[in-house]
Amino acid sequence: MVRNTGRNPKDKLFEGASAFFAFAVLALTALLFVVLLRESMQAIRDFGASFLYSRTWDPVVDQYGALPFIYGTLVSSFLAILMAVPLSLGAAIFINDFAPPWLKNPVAFLAELLAAIPSVIFGLWGIFVLVPLLRDGFMKPVSKYLGWIPLFEGPAYGPSVLAASVLLAIMIVPFILSVSREVLATVPQRQKEAVLSLGGTRWEMIRIVVGQHCIPGIFGATVLGLGRALGETMAVTMVIGNRPEIFYSFFQQGYSMAAVIANEFAEAGGLQLSSLILIGLLLFLVTFVVNLASQWMLSRMVKNASRGI
Amino acid sequence: MANIFEIRNLCGWFGDHQVLKNIRMEIAKFSVTSVMGPSGCGKSTFIRCLNRMHDLTPGFRMSGEILLDDVNIASDRVDPVNLRRRVGMVFQQPNPFPRMSVFENVAVGLKLNGKKMSRGELADAVERSLNMAALWNEVRDHLDRPGISLSGGQQQRLCIARALAVEPEVLLMDEPCSALDPVSTAKIEELIEDLSEKYTIVVVTHNMQQAARISDNVAFFLLGELIEMDKSGKIFTNPSDKRTEEYITGRFG
Repeated sequence: MVRNTGRNPKDKLFEGASAFFAFAVLALTALLFVVLLRESMQAIRDFGASFLYSRTWDPVVDQYGALPFIYGTLVSSFLAILMAVPLSLGAAIFINDFAPPWLKNPVAFLAELLAAIPSVIFGLWGIFVLVPLLRDGFMKPVSKYLGWIPLFEGPAYGPSVLAASVLLAIMIVPFILSVSREVLATVPQRQKEAVLSLGGTRWEMIRIVVGQHCIPGIFGATVLGLGRALGETMAVTMVIGNRPEIFYSFFQQGYSMAAVIANEFAEAGGLQLSSLILIGLLLFLVTFVVNLASQWMLSRMVKNASRGI
Repeated sequence: MANIFEIRNLCGWFGDHQVLKNIRMEIAKFSVTSVMGPSGCGKSTFIRCLNRMHDLTPGFRMSGEILLDDVNIASDRVDPVNLRRRVGMVFQQPNPFPRMSVFENVAVGLKLNGKKMSRGELADAVERSLNMAALWNEVRDHLDRPGISLSGGQQQRLCIARALAVEPEVLLMDEPCSALDPVSTAKIEELIEDLSEKYTIVVVTHNMQQAARISDNVAFFLLGELIEMDKSGKIFTNPSDKRTEEYITGRFG
């Protein structure tokens, strides 16, 4: 960086202002953390670590444990990742390597436009389209024939962990897709040609170059998607069923950390409020770590790419 | 000697821009043919037609015939995957696979197309290929090291071994020494001479000394046209075309 020594006062002012804004962002994040911590102190003092593994969420007796919400958030997010990653990766490969030029940009554009749809719209679509479709087209037949498998047990009402996962998967596809496309685009042409020149098919070309170059990047994209899924509130609240219990069946209702905050915050006070804020703090920490990890992985990938690896 | 390639009226375009103009050429079996000419003359484009490497380049099209043992491989009916097993390629920049060991880099082609080989067969094939590429003695004790840990010249020979492992008949080399130092270049040139006993080799080069040293025949390209092709001795001492003479005496290019 070149430092301009004989500086113009206007430049100085500009530099000071932009530095102030930059630090303001950091300060806001720190402040957010501090406030969450302070407001959740009561719950931390009362429940301690048992907050993490207690299954009781009972405002009547003022007992709060976050396990059903943690469980619901983790399970729905991981299921969503499981569905979204193959979908996004397949789409990214198609767009980058197979699609004819006239199809490339429209598909990429529309897929990435999904990210711009407000999540409440996804939620409405989930309630009116996805949930009935899943219930009648998938859950009912599956529970009829495969209901003896614990994962598919119980009555198929519709709103469920599964519905939330499918909806989440659709919502995070654009993020994973766009990062995966960038990652795939970093593969040097000469590596693709190397596979082809040995008599590889196009599929083998993709399999080898993805294995050689893209695994860390795709992992980063996945973690980015996970971060999104963990924090998603509105759409999940609308289709997950909002029942604070733990069922192993994906067809049963569940609850998520973000959903319970959204649902109960307005009427909560005292220890319940403090407990909700503690859930918020946990969510903040988890998504913070997850996003940090994905940034780190992606930046490592870019570094490798610039070294020609 | 019999010709392995017969090329008739080959034309090539990138979009509207014609880069190859009516190329006619015969390439004899087990010969080393150098393709030389100034930058942008179409020499790389030309050899990349011989293994249909352009198939993935958007906007490229070609016309004419490229007969490989009397089959027109320029036709869409010919599967480029099978073709490329017969016509291997070595590139300008050494391009070993970064996360594969030396061994895996050589073996990778043998595992393509769902082919299965026992570990013993694979090890034999890898040793044989590395031997042919004159690299075995340098890497025999660290076959499990990453391919990219080798020096540039060794990486290029590794790529040659990788291409040889699938047992092609023809080896196309697109300026294989342009990224290498003089010692590595000498090794590759020596290697080309040895390989010509078993393979037909087509080398793109813009180094005239190199073309003179290694080749039986030399083709001179200019602005997408094949100006002249003849025995290497003839081209460098007594070219028939004035433009060839001007090029080899350094008047342009």
